[in-house]
Amino acid sequence: MSAESSPKIVIVDESPIRAAILEEGLREAGYTGVVHISEMQSLLARIYALDPDIIVIDLENPSRDVLEQMFQVSRAVRRPIAMFVDQSDAASIQASVEAGVSAYIVDGLKKERIKPILDLCVSRFNAFAKLQDELDRTKHALEERKVIDRAKGILMKVKGLTEEEAYVLMRSTAMREKKKIGEIAQSILTASELLK
Amino acid sequence: MTAPLCIGFIPLVDAAALIVAVDKGFAGAEGLDVTLVREVSWSNVRDKLNIGLFDAAHLLAPVAIASSLGLGHVKVPIAAPFNLGLNGNAITVSPSLHAALMEAIDGDRLDPMATARALARVVAKRRKSGAQPLTFGMTFPFSTHNYQLRFWMAAGGVDPDEDVQLVVLPPPYMVDSLANGHVDAFCVGAPWNSIAVDLGIGHILHFVADILHNAVEKVLALRQDWSEKHPDLVTALVRAHLRASEFIEQPENRTEVAQILAQPARIGVDASVIQRTLDGRLKVSPDGTMRESNRYLLLGREAAGRPDPAQAAWLYAQMVRWGQTPFKPEALRAAMAVFRPELFDAASGRPASAPNAIGAFAGPPFDPEDVSAHLAAFEIGRWKP
Repeated sequence: MSAESSPKIVIVDESPIRAAILEEGLREAGYTGVVHISEMQSLLARIYALDPDIIVIDLENPSRDVLEQMFQVSRAVRRPIAMFVDQSDAASIQASVEAGVSAYIVDGLKKERIKPILDLCVSRFNAFAKLQDELDRTKHALEERKVIDRAKGILMKVKGLTEEEAYVLMRSTAMREKKKIGEIAQSILTASELLK
Repeated sequence: MTAPLCIGFIPLVDAAALIVAVDKGFAGAEGLDVTLVREVSWSNVRDKLNIGLFDAAHLLAPVAIASSLGLGHVKVPIAAPFNLGLNGNAITVSPSLHAALMEAIDGDRLDPMATARALARVVAKRRKSGAQPLTFGMTFPFSTHNYQLRFWMAAGGVDPDEDVQLVVLPPPYMVDSLANGHVDAFCVGAPWNSIAVDLGIGHILHFVADILHNAVEKVLALRQDWSEKHPDLVTALVRAHLRASEFIEQPENRTEVAQILAQPARIGVDASVIQRTLDGRLKVSPDGTMRESNRYLLLGREAAGRPDPAQAAWLYAQMVRWGQTPFKPEALRAAMAVFRPELFDAASGRPASAPNAIGAFAGPPFDPEDVSAHLAAFEIGRWKP
């Protein structure tokens, strides 16, 4: 692929998993010149050395302010860089900010060539956030499961119940008190800890 | 009825009025239900305010002006009806640069002209010996820190673009960068200077008040169109933050305020470090030397909250002086119009107070009606008449 059809893209992201997801997506779409920077020391010097056409950075990264320095007229910068300075791009900016990603574009790159790249970044960032969310929920569910099992054990021992009876007791208590079963289980653990 | 509002901030001591307004109920008392969102970069704060994810923001005063003029980014006019603080920055240097400056100094070490001339001697000596140019960290291209560093060193004959390097660093990275020699000095707000001193890796060379007697720092920034659509909310916001800033300045409230600000979800550093900056009583050297100044950081006193368009003009003049934009009379007027003292006066219900003079240590008194005279008064700069 010629340089004309594949702009050089730098991904600045301290999350290796998200960067990998993004990099993979870009490569699948035919963008071959993708470099990932995870180390924030001397960030500008590294970017200048790579001389990218597009820089993608996550919004949780404080180094975004460092990139703003590229707008300044400076001897160190070969080409000025601008992120969608056109008012008509408000929707693109909104979509990317909401997804948690920002892109800086070297002046002169045509808008119709940037749009699909940014769209891809936004969708990959959203996919990563969804994955993260699912992971968090799975973790939470697993932890809640453990708490319920321990509470069940306490009820079985203290009240001489079967496993099923212990579970039914917690569930009916939760319904009566309009709480989650996990919360009831947690109160049982806390109470048993206090009464030890 | 309460109005839900989302306000972005950067964890710095001059976000105090925003945090105290929420956590001590001043915002609630004005009928505002404010959610504070902690951010990691000024770019994020600016963009989220611009696209409407934030209703209001803790913003560097020069970013509010740059955004209104469309410098460096999308043009979104901003209204600033309240100053969140005057002064509050300091210049901190590494122990080795401090030693070199003290060896080269001829005069009072608190006199910024004496230290700036000492810096010029250190720079000349380093050049002769073939050493790398000194590197100074600051927080953003359109920042008070950038302009304050430049104003100071240029007065002593150091060209900030030719003789040294200025680099942008996020405030939380400043201290590490000084410790590992990535920078030799930095200009940043509280609490980062004090943290560098406490770690024994920095000396506070100047409070910004040494360089400019009154320097607007952060503003409460609103989108201009939003402010026009919601005049009642603007009034409520100004009143809540004015009350909060006055609460903070009462000496008997300082300990409580420092504890509120120290919470992990707010600024998240030790309360004692925050209290030192609120009290203006700072440890300036790792050997324990203290320095006290009632001008270190001004929140709710000396009418610090009232926006002064002359301050906006001064900041615009610095953008011109350092080549960030060519001088245009209409841009100067647009910059001054960002600062809205009439909105402050209407909300506070108090008679308009006389503006505080900027009081720079070098050059003639600043006249917003004659920015060219200000620019012509300085030898070093990128501005061409």
